[in-house]
Amino acid sequence: MTSLFLRDLKLAMRAGGGALIGVLFFMTVVAVVPFAVGPDLNLLSRIGPAILWIGALLASLLGLDRLFQAEREDGSLDLMLMQETPLVLTVLVKCLAHWTATGLPLVIASPLLGLFMNMSEIAIGATMLTLLVGTPAITFIGATGAAVAVTLPRGGLLVSILVLPLAIPVLIFGISAAYAAVEDPAPFLPPLLMLVAITLFFAVIGPLAAALALRSSSD
Amino acid sequence: MSENSLAIRKFSDLANPTRFLGLAAVVLPWLAGLTALLFAVGLYLSFTTEGDYQQGETVRIMYVHVPSAWLSMMCYTVMAISALGTLVWRHPLADVAARAAAPIGASFTFLALVTGSLWGKPMWGTWWVWDARLTSVFVLFLMYLGLIALNRAMDEPNKAAKVSAVLILVGFVNIPIIKFSVEWWNTLHQPASVLRLGGSAIDPEFLAPLLVMAVAFTLLFFTLHIAAMRNEIWRRRVTSMRRQAARSAGREV
Amino acid sequence: MPISLVVEGLSAKRGEDLIFHDISFVLSAGQALVVTGPNGSGKSTLLRVLAGLLTEESGTVRLQGISSDIGHPRELCHYLGHRNAMKRELTVAENLSFWKSFMGDSAGGFGIGIEAATEALGLGGISHLPFGYLSAGQQRRMAMAKLLVAYRPVWILDEPTAALDAKADRLFAGLVERHLGAGGIVVAATHQPLGVEARELRMTGFAGLAGELV
Repeated sequence: MTSLFLRDLKLAMRAGGGALIGVLFFMTVVAVVPFAVGPDLNLLSRIGPAILWIGALLASLLGLDRLFQAEREDGSLDLMLMQETPLVLTVLVKCLAHWTATGLPLVIASPLLGLFMNMSEIAIGATMLTLLVGTPAITFIGATGAAVAVTLPRGGLLVSILVLPLAIPVLIFGISAAYAAVEDPAPFLPPLLMLVAITLFFAVIGPLAAALALRSSSD
Repeated sequence: MSENSLAIRKFSDLANPTRFLGLAAVVLPWLAGLTALLFAVGLYLSFTTEGDYQQGETVRIMYVHVPSAWLSMMCYTVMAISALGTLVWRHPLADVAARAAAPIGASFTFLALVTGSLWGKPMWGTWWVWDARLTSVFVLFLMYLGLIALNRAMDEPNKAAKVSAVLILVGFVNIPIIKFSVEWWNTLHQPASVLRLGGSAIDPEFLAPLLVMAVAFTLLFFTLHIAAMRNEIWRRRVTSMRRQAARSAGREV
Repeated sequence: MPISLVVEGLSAKRGEDLIFHDISFVLSAGQALVVTGPNGSGKSTLLRVLAGLLTEESGTVRLQGISSDIGHPRELCHYLGHRNAMKRELTVAENLSFWKSFMGDSAGGFGIGIEAATEALGLGGISHLPFGYLSAGQQRRMAMAKLLVAYRPVWILDEPTAALDAKADRLFAGLVERHLGAGGIVVAATHQPLGVEARELRMTGFAGLAGELV
């Protein structure tokens, strides 16, 4: 399983700078927001966590459609389906590798973009923490969408459409935790723990559903 | 007539990558040495001149910040000329030059952004303001990163050359428009709250180290650029040798 | 105890169409089966059903003579499909070592080393190159090296030699021969003769008709 993890990481690094493109997309999305709402620093610092979360959500959806499609196109998926290793485990490891290659760089880049948004240190830290906890959930949900759309020739857009509504709870709790850290009356811990719970929940449900979809999509 | 053909021969000599490699081997040590020397002088001057009475010691950031910002733009100009070279004259080295310049340009731009941010914190009390000038440098940075990503995404250099040349030129044409629109955007939204530096002419006290540093940075750019072009040529040769090896394998069994 | 592949009354559908119907055969250790027939007669479908990649409409695929209990016969099979299952961006050695450790060895045998496997296919010394640099025929041979690096008693091969020249053809026939000699089972769909002694299953390609075992 380690070999699968390492292989997927290597592929992400080499295949056209996949990881770089995700971060770049994230930066670009966040950077265009001030052009739309104006350079008012107070306003930007207020909406900062929300913008960062939306940017990260969209960026982490970017490469998801290729998660299984690339494997299917060159026939690797067939061999993965045949092994003694449970398919659920294979999917889980692929998700983890995908998150490490595309999600983790987003989390690391988020403080920098927080500075652009004139967010306070606490807000930046809280947003980074919620992204760290929450983005794996997006990958796990996305894996289901990617598995469902694996046989479709133009599945890319469809995956985003399928996954976005399912990812709304992640967005809700991620952002409310980030705001709770800055605004006094709201407690920080409950929404964060909810976010952790959602991630753990989807870490189980996502690979299970994806494995089921992959099995039945084989033709 | 003969003079003309001689000039053409000189030009195509330069175009020959092997010739370029020979030239680079001769020029690089000198250029690197000169760069180091100028940096030594420039840094010495930077740290021995008086601090500004308003800005204190932080003014010394300027000696890194301003040359980087200048080079971030010069590098893009070099890339635009190279792109023209690729598209119009089909110069074989032009694409190598453009490709090699992109990461260097991105680095200088990043340096300009970081030093600007470090400077901005004590001056403006915040790491970043969406000031027109800062914003356009940031957009330039994004353009550099996009070009690097494009170059990396295409593994066939010949195919990538023309496509990225087109993108570079469109970007170059677009830079004044971006600059103009960003300025318009900023003044539209926020008439006077953004602090601006300068206004008064630069004191000669600061001018000497600034100029030396600017020249040092420019030489650094050329050193890095020639070295990067050399590496790119080598990389392409290694790639083609590997393909050659793949083709000939298993044939003589 | 030597293994044997038992297929009983197998039929499969693609979409709503019945591709083949009531195919039965038994292959014991050391035997090969060549599946022939015109395009669209269901050769690939049969192989994918055998490999557990498509569910059968009726009938069973079993492996007999296995000591340990396994979930599905496909876990003891190698499947070499039309596509090579190798990544262009990775080197040949990276590709092969990934499959070697990901697949592991089935009980009863061991895969050979990566260099040894590429040598066996006549392509030693270029495993450090990216897979994408190789020509189509070389890529196919490197994909075959997968059969050697991880041990599986049953090989299911779909048009294995389509892109190969005559010399590589013979090389591959030798590998198949050796696998059979070691008590393995091979099922191959092919238009060209495989170059080894094999039984033949001729697919007739009409819905509702059985293939005929020659």
